[in-house]
Amino acid sequence: MTYPLPDLVPAIPEILLSCGAMALLMLGAFRSKDSTDSIYSLCVLLLVAVGVVVLVIPGGQTTFGGAFVFDEFSRFMKILTLGASALAIIMSRGFFRLEKFSRFEYPILVVLATVGMMMMISAGSLMSLYMGLELQSLALYVVAAIQRDSGRATEAGLKYFVLGALASGMLLYGMSLIYGFTGSMDFNEIADAASLSENKIGLVFGLVFLLAGLAFKVSAVPFHMWTPDVYEGAPTPVTAFFAAAPKIAAMSIFVRTMVTAFPTIAQEWQQIVVFIAIASMVLGAFAAIGQRNIKRLMAYSSIGHMGFALVGLAAGSQAGVRGVIIYLAIYLAMTVGTFACILSMRRGNRMVEDIDELAGLGKNNPMLAFLLAMLMFSLAGIPPLAGFFGKFYVFLAAIEAELYALAIIGVLASVVGAFYYLRVIKIIYFDEPVERFEPMLGELRVIVGVAALFVILFIIYPGPLITAAETAASSLF
Amino acid sequence: MMAIGLGHYLTVAALLFTLGIFGIFLNRRNVIVILMSIELMLLAVNINLVAFSSFLGDLTGQIFALLVLTVAAGEASIGLAILVVYFRNRGSIEVEDISRMRG
Repeated sequence: MTYPLPDLVPAIPEILLSCGAMALLMLGAFRSKDSTDSIYSLCVLLLVAVGVVVLVIPGGQTTFGGAFVFDEFSRFMKILTLGASALAIIMSRGFFRLEKFSRFEYPILVVLATVGMMMMISAGSLMSLYMGLELQSLALYVVAAIQRDSGRATEAGLKYFVLGALASGMLLYGMSLIYGFTGSMDFNEIADAASLSENKIGLVFGLVFLLAGLAFKVSAVPFHMWTPDVYEGAPTPVTAFFAAAPKIAAMSIFVRTMVTAFPTIAQEWQQIVVFIAIASMVLGAFAAIGQRNIKRLMAYSSIGHMGFALVGLAAGSQAGVRGVIIYLAIYLAMTVGTFACILSMRRGNRMVEDIDELAGLGKNNPMLAFLLAMLMFSLAGIPPLAGFFGKFYVFLAAIEAELYALAIIGVLASVVGAFYYLRVIKIIYFDEPVERFEPMLGELRVIVGVAALFVILFIIYPGPLITAAETAASSLF
Repeated sequence: MMAIGLGHYLTVAALLFTLGIFGIFLNRRNVIVILMSIELMLLAVNINLVAFSSFLGDLTGQIFALLVLTVAAGEASIGLAILVVYFRNRGSIEVEDISRMRG
């Protein structure tokens, strides 16, 4: 019996990325210590090169018997993920150099996690979803604990590992039930089987477990407990990485699974997603108020933002998915920009993480203060900045889907959330100046500048992003 | 004589899975027990997958079970590695001690 070789063209980016990561690992292992810098640059180059490949290969293909899907949605999300990972590596170099922490494994692990994320984004069956998710998670557990002589970082790694493994277990149990009650792992076949079956209890039971696992990965509310601790404990560039790329990848597989595998039982999952979205938005808004540590603040902020993105998914329509995509793209710019600011909060050769340390930044460094203030306004969703449009599109979709309560609670939560972003701005401009920060590194300056420019100028030229998101969303329906 | 059907396998798997979850949440002793509980959960899933696969007459479930076994091995090794670096820093693996950050 012979089997034809599956079409490998749609999977070229993943193949390139994994072979590249392994080659770089060999390079790092067999060269002397001075290769760390070149491995950082090579990893960024590899991610950029793969991004170009993702842009040029033709879309709308499936391969490996439907388990791997490369459509416009995958393309858009993969570009975002690759960009987020590349920026995370660029931002980490200076930090680790100043901390005298030289490990070539870090960028390679980030690249391997990115391979997992890309497989996850392209997953067309439960099996490939699980493999991608685990490849991503296993690399992330190690990345969280990479600073292995730091008690806090290893504690963060251990917590992330235990809760992540628990979530994987639940996800897997859900998958086994879905497989058992529909007789297939393939998303399209699951959708067909779900529309035919009379008794949906078993399937819905599996769906709930699956949702629990996915909610953990996007840090939505009942499963958010790990986020603040991991964000605080992990080294700051690692936190910057955690806040961007894995969230985008997990949210896109969340959307793909719900929209392509369970459209016929949309009633059931919509209720759950509405609940998760409300809980995340509200908790993200209220719990952040009391935070003193800026990384914990960003953790609650990201929980809230994932809630807002889920509002678009709860609508379940093409407009909703478009909203989620736009939201994620804007969220990426805001988070990366903010973390570049946080990474430049250095004084006396060490990081300071208290929000109060920002006092007087408006006098000491007016340019950085202005850009950070713009990013904070945008995170709060104040027009005419980009963050407002992200929220606008998801709430629009929710209202079109007649989810009025969800939209109203969302808007109220975003008003409450504005409080703590505005407090940061108040500390920057109106509090008594403390000592200056050390001069910012060049690459961080560029990243903050570009992110803030994107956030400010989005209103003038929003067309390309909206059109790209529209094309991406339409490929799922 | 009683015939053993799909329901029996699913019940065993559900019991093992619940045991695993409780092992994580009710355990106040040490982290090794948590790692064992995680393995228990994954094995419960494997029973589910193989039972479904056999009753559906479809091989996909058994292939998935093999993949899960492989991933579980990787997961356990990474978990133990993190536990070792944690122990070097703290000198303890008691669950109660893992709370330097709270919020």
